Amino acid sequence: MSEFFTPYMTLLILVGAVATYLTRIGGYLLISRLKNVPPRVDAALNAVPAAVLTTLVAPAFFSGGLDVKVAMAVSLVIGLGASSIPMLIGGWIVVMLMRQLIG
Amino acid sequence: MNSDFTEGLRGSTPILVSTIPFAALFGAIAVSNGQTVAEATLMSAIVFAGASQLVGIELFGHSVPLWVIVLSIFAVNFRHILYSAAITPFIAHFSPLQKAVSFFLLTDPQFAQTLTRGETGRRVSFAWYMGFATTIYVGWVSVSAIGAGFGRLIGNPAAWGFDVLLPIYFMGLVLGFRKRSNFLAVVFVSAVVSVLAQQLVGSPWHVSIGALAGVILAALLPPKAAAAPAAEGEDKP
Repeated sequence: MSEFFTPYMTLLILVGAVATYLTRIGGYLLISRLKNVPPRVDAALNAVPAAVLTTLVAPAFFSGGLDVKVAMAVSLVIGLGASSIPMLIGGWIVVMLMRQLIG
Repeated sequence: MNSDFTEGLRGSTPILVSTIPFAALFGAIAVSNGQTVAEATLMSAIVFAGASQLVGIELFGHSVPLWVIVLSIFAVNFRHILYSAAITPFIAHFSPLQKAVSFFLLTDPQFAQTLTRGETGRRVSFAWYMGFATTIYVGWVSVSAIGAGFGRLIGNPAAWGFDVLLPIYFMGLVLGFRKRSNFLAVVFVSAVVSVLAQQLVGSPWHVSIGALAGVILAALLPPKAAAAPAAEGEDKP
């Protein structure tokens, strides 16, 4: 902690930043070379957000403990009728209650 | 111009509810995995992609070679390629510099909200885009620094229930897309394949493999004639 920046970690951060920016501008560079988007490509692009975000949810549910599973199930029910903030609050309350009561 | 900027600022304020704990969590984990406070802040400021930042420092903690870490960061962020392709039609009127800046600030909620705004026929102005991004960026970077500073005080994030917030936040984003064609089929396939890939291949590849499975399924299913993308829920970030 005596140093602000160590050479290896700074290099990792800089290269990681470049890699991340390439992903962020990559789709634009690809799509601006395509004139008409074929229907199947359009359907594929349309499915991207749900497909990607699901991969951040399902494994967390599968590998989480009972407290995480119950909290996520409760949040899902809340989410069918409400926005993401009640989901977060509801899930957080469930997980904290279960951890306090069960340990 | 100005009202668009403030509308954007206000529009992304609810997202801070999930950004702030996640940023604090990142800062705390970064310091406990060997980053300095300055490095954790720099990483949040120039990578600006939470999940991949956590993956990066987690792998650093396991002494994985640099090129593997960078490849993993790229894999976790692969979805941005598809995001930037999807928002391109709505920001076509931006100048090249404005586009370059906009793509740097392209996060999950920024993408979801830009797409929602564009598809419901409202103009995606640069001022609105920057306003929406500013709240997230300032919150993310400053709270990362604070979390890193207080890292050793927070201790175990699970004791505070922080670990469950991130998947729930992403679940809310998924639900926001539930009016789209093939939603259930795509979610089901991505869920099953990502869980299997996590077991068989390991993290973080399960993200790209699972997502690719859902996207390929959507491309293979018979295209619906004039299936105009339905508007996503307005309240979802």
